[in-house]
Amino acid sequence: MGTRITIDPITRIEGHLRIDCQVDGGKVTKSWASGQMWRGVEEILLGRDPRDAWAITQRICGVCTTVHAIASVRAVENALNLEVPLNAQYIRNLIITAHAIHDHIVHFYHLSALDWVDVTSALKGDPAKTALLAESLSTWSGNSQQEFTKVKERLSGFVGTGQLGIFTNGYWGHPAMKLSPEVNLLAVTHYLQALDVQRKANKIVAVLGSKTPHIQNMAVGGVANPIALDSQSVLTVERLLAIKTWIDELADFVKNVYLVDVAAIGAFYADWTQIGTGITDYLSVPDIPLDTKGTQFALPGGYIPGGDLSKFHAIKSFSDPYFRDGVEESVKHAWYKGGKGALHPYKGETVPEYTDFQDNGKYSWVKSPTFYSKPAQVGPLARVLAMVAANYEPAVKYVTQTLDLVGTIAKTKVPVAALHSTIGRHAARAVSCALQVDVLGSQWQMLVDNIAKGDVKTFNKPVFPKGEISGVGFHEAPRGVLSHWVVIKDGKITNYQAVVPTTWNAAPRNENDAIGPYEASLLNTPVADPERPLEVLRTVHSFDPCLACAVHVLDDEQREVVKVKVL
Amino acid sequence: MRIIILGVGNILLSDEGIGVRAVESLKREYRLPQGVEVIDGGTSAMEMLDDIACVDHLIIVDAVRSGKPPGTMVRIAGDAVPVFFKTKLSPHQIGLSDVLATLVLTGEQPGGVTVIGVEPNSLATGMALTPQIEALLPKVVAQLVEELRQHGMAAERVEEEVA
Repeated sequence: MGTRITIDPITRIEGHLRIDCQVDGGKVTKSWASGQMWRGVEEILLGRDPRDAWAITQRICGVCTTVHAIASVRAVENALNLEVPLNAQYIRNLIITAHAIHDHIVHFYHLSALDWVDVTSALKGDPAKTALLAESLSTWSGNSQQEFTKVKERLSGFVGTGQLGIFTNGYWGHPAMKLSPEVNLLAVTHYLQALDVQRKANKIVAVLGSKTPHIQNMAVGGVANPIALDSQSVLTVERLLAIKTWIDELADFVKNVYLVDVAAIGAFYADWTQIGTGITDYLSVPDIPLDTKGTQFALPGGYIPGGDLSKFHAIKSFSDPYFRDGVEESVKHAWYKGGKGALHPYKGETVPEYTDFQDNGKYSWVKSPTFYSKPAQVGPLARVLAMVAANYEPAVKYVTQTLDLVGTIAKTKVPVAALHSTIGRHAARAVSCALQVDVLGSQWQMLVDNIAKGDVKTFNKPVFPKGEISGVGFHEAPRGVLSHWVVIKDGKITNYQAVVPTTWNAAPRNENDAIGPYEASLLNTPVADPERPLEVLRTVHSFDPCLACAVHVLDDEQREVVKVKVL
Repeated sequence: MRIIILGVGNILLSDEGIGVRAVESLKREYRLPQGVEVIDGGTSAMEMLDDIACVDHLIIVDAVRSGKPPGTMVRIAGDAVPVFFKTKLSPHQIGLSDVLATLVLTGEQPGGVTVIGVEPNSLATGMALTPQIEALLPKVVAQLVEELRQHGMAAERVEEEVA
């Protein structure tokens, strides 16, 4: 008999995800991903004005409000065949890209780095040696011996008070922690610097979105605020220039720190390129529309079956039937009334039917989405692989550069195939972030150039016809493909479904009883100590789970922060 | 002097949104003095870091589980606040406590934190507060005004416009 591990909740910030693993002979042999809260937001939208849906849907999730706003307006625009003025596309593109950069930096440094980095070991790091190492890797100005000494002192003071605060849940001294004290000190220093840098990305969202955490500058048909460069209340030259400064600061950090750190950590944990592969059918969507219709995009996306880049099938427009017709959701293993087989989101139903946690029956509040009847992995890895498959030159460049750096540090050649792994997902996220920083710069330029031409249009008024229409809005969100599906009758919403990235990745078994991406990625994961299943957390965290989004936000009463139950 | 009143909660889950509804009412009904900022934080976390950094005082309004009957308003201040975060009374504490812990790490923690909590009646899906909690709103808003007064900040009631 093996050991059954239950980890609940699994995320460092947003909870509500439970992972169960059967461990036999030091390896995971069976796994279950379970969303522990019901999400009924779709019900709230029924009967409402489609123009209000985006403001409501951005409250689904605490971490990624913006992404639901964008997917929602795109869904309604898709149903209406409504074009979006170029300025509005650029402003939206800047908002979503800045949001994504914020998300990626925070995810790597603040939500998952501590799975790999031992803060207490950093206290033993020699600042001089750390500086030597850092300077061999990057020209970042924050890599000085003085800086490392300062951080070490601050950290000692912090740990000395016995209040680890944000570091509380770390697995210090775990046998799977392998970085030297110097690498740990380097990483912790960048952790602190990243806290400062992420604010710049958030400021861009705040200025262009009029407000964070919930943006207001959005509308079905464009954005709400007019452009008037001489008015203090809207988008001024001064604000545009401030945004450019923040973009440059983000670019410096992402390219000279984040990408380098991921490569270094990847090189020191080279064995993790062989762990956590899971499902290699990858789905992403194109994003950053460059025209009013949504037929040309800065970043390509599409489907890759079986990890074979030569079989890439591009998704070409917001109206591409290949995406629209391929998505279904099953509730066979989810706590909803089913019996109708997998349903297309336009026909989707969200009627709760709670059983208990049944290993072979229903065990999650997350539905199980499929693309042409198969589960698919979504997220930065799917996105980056699609861009490489589409021969998008900047992606090829950053992937090559990153793998070369890993190879140099690890003193071995690292193939693209190494990306199909736990550490590969982190590398892909960093590559994606670097690409997005470049896109942020180019979108800024396009917006400025377009306004300079005298175009200040930001909004096309939506007009709702009598009768029934339906639409899908998709967005390549930080965690992967997000799609909102809306059915509208006589100007009112009659069905609404949000298929979110974590639903794809945290999917329970589907209509054919096939396991989902988290579940598949955990198989064969080594577990050194079932009481401290750090390895399982590493793989699940590499997807950047956000169950607040896939399921409800409320919590059980008086639940412990992290419960590891060994049965 | 900079004071932030932060309403947190999910307005899609009826009484869970009391914190957000309270700050909405406060903004509508009062003219706030210079130095007082009101934030609808929803259920966000790290996005609020920049806003909260270095404030003199932070007042949080939230739905809490105090073990008292629904509709009970509680005030948690001073040393009791960290305990409040440890025992995890509110659904959003993980996010918010991480933000506060991070600010301790960066040396930018608020000068003080006060939590005004309301025991919810229902967390069912829906955008309206239950009547019981809705009726409590004026009391919660009055408490926020009182908190500001204690910090020497006078909020001025906006006269209702006569239709």
